[in-house]
Amino acid sequence: MGDQAVYALNDVDLYIPSGEYVSIMGPSGSGKSTLLNIIGLLDKPDSGTYELDGRLITDWSDIEQAQIRREKIGFVFQSFHLIPRLTAAENIELPLILSGVPVAQRQSRVNNALQAFELSARAHHRPAELSGGQRQRVAIARATIMQPSVILADEPTGNLDHQIGAEVMALLENLHHGGTTLIVVTHDRELGARAHRQIGMRDGRILTDHSNDAH
Amino acid sequence: MTLTDTLQTSLKTVISYRMRSLLIILAMALGVAAVVMLTALGNGARNYVINQFSSIGTNLLVVLPGRAETSGSFLGAVLGQTPRDLTLKDAQLIGRLPQVRRYAPLNVGAAELSAANRLREVTVLGSTAHLIPIRHMKLAQGSFLAHGTERAAHIVLGAKIAREFFPHSQAIGQRVRLGGNRFLVSGVLASQGESMGFNTDEIVIIPIDYAQALFNTTSLFRILIEANSHSDIEPTKQAILETLRQSHEGENDTTVITQDAVLSTFDRILHALTLAVAGIAAISLIVAGILVMNVMLVAVTQRTAEIGLLKAIGATSMDIRKLFFAEALWLSLVGALLGFLLGQFGSLLLRLAYPQLPAWAPGWASFAGVGVALITGILASLFPAAKAARLNAVQALSKK
Ligand SMILES: Nc1ncnc2c1ncn2[C@@H]1O[C@H](COP(=O)(O)OP(=O)(O)OP(=O)(O)O)[C@@H](O)[C@H]1O
Ligand SMILES: [Mg+2]
Repeated sequence: MGDQAVYALNDVDLYIPSGEYVSIMGPSGSGKSTLLNIIGLLDKPDSGTYELDGRLITDWSDIEQAQIRREKIGFVFQSFHLIPRLTAAENIELPLILSGVPVAQRQSRVNNALQAFELSARAHHRPAELSGGQRQRVAIARATIMQPSVILADEPTGNLDHQIGAEVMALLENLHHGGTTLIVVTHDRELGARAHRQIGMRDGRILTDHSNDAH
Repeated sequence: MTLTDTLQTSLKTVISYRMRSLLIILAMALGVAAVVMLTALGNGARNYVINQFSSIGTNLLVVLPGRAETSGSFLGAVLGQTPRDLTLKDAQLIGRLPQVRRYAPLNVGAAELSAANRLREVTVLGSTAHLIPIRHMKLAQGSFLAHGTERAAHIVLGAKIAREFFPHSQAIGQRVRLGGNRFLVSGVLASQGESMGFNTDEIVIIPIDYAQALFNTTSLFRILIEANSHSDIEPTKQAILETLRQSHEGENDTTVITQDAVLSTFDRILHALTLAVAGIAAISLIVAGILVMNVMLVAVTQRTAEIGLLKAIGATSMDIRKLFFAEALWLSLVGALLGFLLGQFGSLLLRLAYPQLPAWAPGWASFAGVGVALITGILASLFPAAKAARLNAVQALSKK
């Protein structure tokens, strides 16, 4: 019985068009994060295929997948995942460094991002000196600095109080209005309901997939 | 990720873990400094000995009676033969060899010197005028057996003896008694102090004939020879041995020591000693390397979540590997350079404390010290860097 296989995901067939706003909901352990990680190329399915922008990604090399993550995908995590010894500006700059963007360009792009997320005054503060909302704004700035086509947010408001969480969601939705595909995992029904398309999961399967045509 | 960015990012990391970095750098630096300073010490000792030994003469050969090889003397002892003595005639034969610039027969003994109501025992060298230049001795005043006075009963006093016997008057021209014979002081040696355990300030030099009469002998203690040039040393040695073999009826019963051979033996021994000391010091570098490995392994564990994040935002495994590798490289590089400077500074202090000891670290040692530090640091980081690069991104991210 202990050897019984656990399927983090099972029989998932999902198509998300470019520019869509999707929320994924479901009880703990239902496979939401696993699905998000596969979409974000952090994890690989044991079987099955995954296509991104019409290209079959599953067989790509690690280096090619890293490049896709750099250029097309932005991650936002529940626990922010900022590097504690780097300032807000330096954390935001990281993806640019990894992509080999020249220093001169980096500076102005980081400054623009700091401004866009109202972090200019906090540019040279370390994460420990920032509030939860500010930290998540830094994380979102970092996720968007490369202008990715997809933003993947795994419970982005999970560590924030209600009001700050709503502000963060508004920022993410703003990105969606700019044309970015937005996929948000959340426990919060209210927040999940704001997405145009709501996916409900249970035991690794997609139970409900409901599109909201009102918007 | 560009090389510059990799180096810059890792340098920032090194700086932000200030305490940890300082300790590692210190360990590396002490290892390198130990290599530099200990080799400086070894090299200094080597140069000290060589200088001392070179100062007793140039292209010097010494003939002494008897065979150095044990088998020869053993056979001689069994057959009841004693080695033939070296004689003045032998010395003259050697003097005629074309490779020989000059030679000096030598007798050594002790006798009582008396003058001006003083009396003391002195070491007596019996020789010819050539002894002075061959042995690199200098006369402060006067001369010794100058042209025309080769057979005169003249004596040269060591600087200290001259001061003792004639503290208030000119020593030259004074008459002294040595073992019952009267001598005229013709020269005083310049004070040279001790070299190779022999103090020329407390000797007297008299003509060889008088010395042989004084010590009642016809044999010589040594013959000192100066070859024409450095390249003549070995041919001179062979020629001397051949000359003496003929003179001694075909017996090889003398030994010729060259200053050069003794010097190179000393040189070899002290060089080997320096190498050994450098090797021992290098062990501390290996220890520092293990420390680097340990610290980097801890860093990988500490920064697991960070590594996962880097992968999530698009770092390749190679990027991660390079970042950790560069971090270790910085630690080793700064440690090695600091150690080099520390070592040079230490050597300088040594030279200031012991001016007669030329404690300069040989170039190869500084180079090897820094090189070994870098290589151990780099090797030690390979495993931790690979470990970091291999981490599974999802699992790493879930770690707090
Ligand atoms: N590394 C792993 N090894 C084995 N099983 C795992 C691993 N990670 C997750 N799982 C399992 O996969 C299933 C889905 O996990 P996942 O993290 O995707 O759930 P989730 O829906 O995100 O839950 P939560 O809301 O608590 O974050 C769970 O049953 C979990 O136990
Ligand atoms: Mg989850």
